[in-house]
Amino acid sequence: MSQGVLTISEQLEGNFRKVTYEALSEGRRITDHLDCDLVAMVLGSEIEDVAKELGHYGADRIIVADNPQLYNYTTDAYTNVIADFITKETPNVVILGASTQGKDLSARLAARLNAPLAMDSLAVRFDEDNLIATRPMHGGKVMADVVLEGKPKMLAIRPNAMPIIKVEGTGSVEKMDVDIGTTSLKFIEKHLDTSKVELTEADIVISGGRGMGCPDFSLIEELAQLVEGAVGASRSAVDEGWRSSSDQVGQTGKVVSPNLYVACGISGAIQHLAGMSSSKIIVAINQDADAPIFSRADYGIEGDLFEILPLIIEEVRKLNK
Amino acid sequence: MESIVLLKQVPATESLVRIAADGISLNKDDVKWIINPYDEFAVEEALRIKEAHGGSVTIVSLGPEKAVEAIRTALAMGADKGVLINDSAAERYDSLNIARILAAAIKEVPFDLIIAGQRAVDNDNFQVGAATAEFLSIPHISMVIKQEIIDSKIRCHKTVEGGTVEIEAPIPVLFTTQRGLNEPRYASLPGIMKAKKKPIDIKTIADLGLDADQIGKPLTRIIALKPPPERKAGIMIEGESAQTKAAELVRILHEEEKVI
Ligand SMILES: Cc1cc2nc3c(=O)[nH]c(=O)nc-3n(C[C@H](O)[C@H](O)[C@H](O)COP(=O)(O)OP(=O)(O)OC[C@H]3O[C@@H](n4cnc5c(N)ncnc54)[C@H](O)[C@@H]3O)c2cc1C
Ligand SMILES: Nc1ncnc2c1ncn2[C@@H]1O[C@H](COP(=O)(O)O)[C@@H](O)[C@H]1O
Repeated sequence: MSQGVLTISEQLEGNFRKVTYEALSEGRRITDHLDCDLVAMVLGSEIEDVAKELGHYGADRIIVADNPQLYNYTTDAYTNVIADFITKETPNVVILGASTQGKDLSARLAARLNAPLAMDSLAVRFDEDNLIATRPMHGGKVMADVVLEGKPKMLAIRPNAMPIIKVEGTGSVEKMDVDIGTTSLKFIEKHLDTSKVELTEADIVISGGRGMGCPDFSLIEELAQLVEGAVGASRSAVDEGWRSSSDQVGQTGKVVSPNLYVACGISGAIQHLAGMSSSKIIVAINQDADAPIFSRADYGIEGDLFEILPLIIEEVRKLNK
Repeated sequence: MESIVLLKQVPATESLVRIAADGISLNKDDVKWIINPYDEFAVEEALRIKEAHGGSVTIVSLGPEKAVEAIRTALAMGADKGVLINDSAAERYDSLNIARILAAAIKEVPFDLIIAGQRAVDNDNFQVGAATAEFLSIPHISMVIKQEIIDSKIRCHKTVEGGTVEIEAPIPVLFTTQRGLNEPRYASLPGIMKAKKKPIDIKTIADLGLDADQIGKPLTRIIALKPPPERKAGIMIEGESAQTKAAELVRILHEEEKVI
C-alpha cells in the first residue's frame, strides 16, 4: 500500500469514536484523489466483529491488531504496534482524530517515524503533489496553511470539523500479528462518566459564564439535556469553582466546533472566543447590549438569562412533543 | 528529584494577531510576552515536587534573547537555574527540530523528571513534549492533572474525553500539564530579588555540539496565514417580551438553521 492512506481508528469498549468515521471519510476523499487504497487500522482486544463496520465508511482493508494489552490505550504499546505497521507498509498519508488520545499518539508516532504532522487539521487539500493542511494557531485567531514534506504525511484532524460520508461497501478484515515490543507505561484504571455527552464531540454546546452568578447550572444542564448537548463554561465560571476545569472552553481550555453554541452570561473575551468561534451557529444571551460576544454571535438576545433560559426550555419542550 | 521544565515564551493570550506583510509570519512588534500558561503549570508542579522530595528545578528554553525574561520569571517563582538555547533560526524550526535541540540540551543535565506544557498557545502543536521524550528514549504521559511519586515510579491522572485515566511510569519520565493540575504561584518580591543572582546559561546550537543535519530539515512549513473565516453580521432578536424573543429564537434554530 506504499501509496495508500492509513487511518488509525479509536474505539472505547468496542464503540468507535465519531472522529474515527470523520478520519475515514477524509481518507476516502484523499484516496479517491490519489487513486489508491484506504486502510483502516483498529487496535484493541476482541474487536474483530466491530472492525467490520469500518467498511461502510470507505475502508478497503481493515487491519485488526487484537491483543489483550491493547484493550486500554497506552502510548508506548500503541506507538510500537502502529510504527511497526507503518514501517512495513509505508503508507503515504496517515490520518488520526485529534482527540486527547490521537494528539498524544500522533505526536509520539511522528517523532518515532520522523514524519511531518499537522495537528488539529480543519481541512486538507492537494496542490499538485503537495499535501496542504489548514490548521488553527493562536487559539484559532489565525489559520495556517501548512505543507507537509516527508513520509508518511500525518494528519490529526479536529473532531467535528469534517463530514462523515457513508458508502456502499465492505472492507476485507485482516488480523495482523501483534508484537507489543518493550513498554514501560502501565495502565492502572479509568474513571469515565459515559452518561455525559463529550464537549468536543457534541453537536450542541450550552455554556454558562460568570453571569450565572452561582454554582447552580441547572438551567444550562436542563437545556443541554433536552437537545442532547454538552455543558461548557467560561474560565471565570471555572475559576469561581462552579464548574470543573474539564468544562472550560477557550484558548486555555477545550476548543469546540458544534453546530450550535449557546453562550449564556459570557462576555466574549478573546480567550473565550478562541475556543468556540468555529462553531457553525452561535447564540448569545447577555443582559449587556454592548457585550463583545454579540459581535460574534449569529443570533443574540439581550436580557436576563434567568428569565430567557426557562422560556427557551419551554419552547424546545414544545418541539420535542 | 531533579526536574527540568521545558518553557516557551509566547505572546499574551489577549494579544490580537496581525499577519505580517510576508503572509507567513505574524507581526509581533507591540506584543506583550508571557510564559506559556501550560508551562507555568509545569514550573509550579516542579516546585511542589522539589518542596516534597528535595532536588532542584532547571528551566530549559529555546528561543530568542528576550526569552531570558520568561526564564527569569520562573526563577523568581523559585526555580534554581535556567538554560536558554539562543538561536535566531528558532522561528523556522518545526516541532521535531525543536525537540531534537531540547533533547540535546537535556542530555547534558542529570534529570529524573521533565515537565512540559501540553501545548504552546502560540502554535498549538501539542508535539514538542512527546517528541522530546521519544528522542531521549523515555516514556511520556500527557495532560496530567494530578501526580504522585512513590519510590522510583510516578502515577499520573490524565484527562481524556469524559473523565480521567491513571497511568504509572518508571522514572525518568516526561509529563505534560493540563489545567486543573495546580494554581501557579506569583513571584514574590524576595523571589524576584533572589532570581537576579540565579544562573542562566545561554548557549548556542553549536555549544550543544549539534549540526544542521542532526537538527534535521523542517518537515512542516507554513506557506500562508489567513484570518479565520468572517462570521456574517449577527441578528439581535427583538420582540415585545422575553417570551416572544425566546419563541422566535427557537423557531429560527429549528426551522431555518435546523440545528435543534
Ligand atoms: C492566560 C489566560 C488564559 C485564559 N483562557 C481562557 C479560556 O480558555 N476560556 C475563557 O473563557 N476565558 C479565558 N481567560 C479569561 C478571559 O480573559 C475572561 O476573563 C473570561 O472569559 C470571562 O468570563 P465570563 O465571560 O464568564 O465573565 P465576565 O467577563 O465577567 O462576563 C460575564 C457576563 O455575564 C453577563 N451577565 C451577568 N449577569 C447576567 C444575567 N443575569 N443574564 C445575562 N447576562 C448576564 C454580563 O453582562 C457579562 O457580559 C483567560 C485569561 C488569561 C489571562
Ligand atoms: N522553544 C521551546 N523551548 C522550550 N520548550 C518548548 C519550546 N517549544 C515547545 N516547548 C515545550 O513543549 C510544549 C508543547 O509545545 P508545542 O508542541 O509547540 O505545542 C510547551 O508547552 C513547552 O513545554
